[in-house]
Amino acid sequence: MPNHPVLTVEGLQRPNPQAGLGPLSFHIDAGECLALTGPSGAGKTLLLRALADLDPSSGMVRVGGRERNGVPAPEWRRLVAYVPAEAGWWHDVVGPHMPAQATVKEIIGALGFPDPVAVLAWPLTRLSSGERQRLALARGLLGEARVLLLDEPTSALDNESRGLVEDLLLARLAAGAAILLVSHDQAQMGRLARRRLHMRQGELVTPP
Amino acid sequence: MTSYLELSYLDLALAALLLVFNAGLSLALGLRLEGRMLLAAVRMVVQLLLVGLVLQALFAQVSLWLTALVALIMALFAGREILARQERRLAGWWGYGIGSATMLLAGLVVTILALNGPLRPDPWYDPRYAIPLLGMILGNAMTGISLGLDNLTVLAHRDRAGIEAQLLLGASRWRALRSVARRALRTAFTPMLNSMAAAGVVFLPGMMTGQILAGVAPEQAVKYQILVLFLIAGATGLGVLAAVMASVWRLTDSRHRLRLDRLT
Repeated sequence: MPNHPVLTVEGLQRPNPQAGLGPLSFHIDAGECLALTGPSGAGKTLLLRALADLDPSSGMVRVGGRERNGVPAPEWRRLVAYVPAEAGWWHDVVGPHMPAQATVKEIIGALGFPDPVAVLAWPLTRLSSGERQRLALARGLLGEARVLLLDEPTSALDNESRGLVEDLLLARLAAGAAILLVSHDQAQMGRLARRRLHMRQGELVTPP
Repeated sequence: MTSYLELSYLDLALAALLLVFNAGLSLALGLRLEGRMLLAAVRMVVQLLLVGLVLQALFAQVSLWLTALVALIMALFAGREILARQERRLAGWWGYGIGSATMLLAGLVVTILALNGPLRPDPWYDPRYAIPLLGMILGNAMTGISLGLDNLTVLAHRDRAGIEAQLLLGASRWRALRSVARRALRTAFTPMLNSMAAAGVVFLPGMMTGQILAGVAPEQAVKYQILVLFLIAGATGLGVLAAVMASVWRLTDSRHRLRLDRLT
C-alpha cells in the first residue's frame, strides 16, 4: 500500500487553562495504526475529541484532501469516527443506536454475537460492560470512516473478544483506513501499531 | 354602594392570626421555620400594599408608554425569577436574557391578542385590563419556562454521553438534543395541563374566586377564568417553546458541538 497520509494534523491547539492541548502536529498514513500513549490526564482523550470536532480547537486537520473547516460537522464525523472509552446511549434497546447500514448484522456478528438480529432487540439494561463496548465499536465501524479514533476499545473485553476486535481493525487497516489508538495494552499496541506518539500535559513528547 | 364586602385592616390582622398559629406549630415542632414565615408574610404584605398603590396611580393615567414600561419591568423581574430557579444556568447574560426575552415575547403577544380580541377595552392598552392580565399570564408562563429551562440544562448535562454519541454518528445538534428538548417541554407543560384539568373540580381558581367575592356573577367570573386559562396555555406554549429552542441553540454551536462550557 502506498504511504500517503490519510489524517494530517498541523498546529492543533486548544487553549484552555485547565485542559489545554498543543500545538500538535502529526500525520497517519493509509493503512497505518498510530498508538497514542501517555499517563492519565495527559490529554489523549482531549486530542481525540478535538479531532472529531467535539470540542473547539484551532489549527489544520485534514482527511485526504478535505480540511475540517471546509466540511460540515455531521459529515466530518462520518469521515472521522470516534469511539470513546465510555460510549453514550440514548434509547432503551440496542437497535435504534445503530445507523441504518446493510452491514450492521455482519459487523455485530463479527464481534462475537451469535444472533445479531436478537441483539438489536436487546434492552440496554441487560448488556454487560464488554457487550456495551463491542456494540459501541460496531456503531463506530458501521460507516465509511477513513479515520478511526479509538479510546481504549478493548479495555473491558476478554482475550477472545479482544482478538475479534483486532481482526476487524486489521481488516480496516488493510482497506486503507487510518487508526489512532489509545490503549494501555502494550501487547495490543505491538500487534496493531508500528509508530507511537507519547503525550504529557497536552504536548507530544519523546516516549520515555 | 359597593356589591362586595369591604375589608378593613383589622379583618386582615385577624386572618394573620392563622400565620401566628403556623409559627407556633413551627416552634413547638422545632421546624425552625418561624423566622422565614414571618419574613415571607411581611414581604407579601409590603409588596402587595405597594403594588396596590402603584396600580391605583397607574390606572389613573391611561398611557400606552407607561403601561409598556410596567410590562417591561414585570418581564425583567420574571426573567430574574426564572434564573433563580435553575440549578444549571447559561453563563453570562444568556441565562437572564433568554428567560426575560421569551417571557416578554409570550406575555405581550398573548396579552395584546386578548386585549384586541375577546376583551376590547377602550383604549385597548387600558392598564386596568392590560396589567392584571399580563401579570397573570407572566406568573403562570414563568413557572413553565423556568421548569423547561431547568430540565433542559440538567438533562443535557446528565445525558451528555448520549447526545455526543448521536453527534458522532452525524446527527445535527437539533436531532441530537431532540429527546432532551422534548422531555423539557413535557415537564414545562405539565403544571398548566394539570391546572386546566383540575380547575373547578379539585380547586376554584383564584381569579374566579376573587371576582365572585367582589360581586361578579358566577357565570361571568367563570367565563373570565376560562379565557384566562386559555391565554395562560397559549403564553406558556409560546414562551416555553421559544425559551427551550433558544437554549438548545446556545447550548450548541455552528459546528454541532454540545457546549456545556456555556453553563455555570
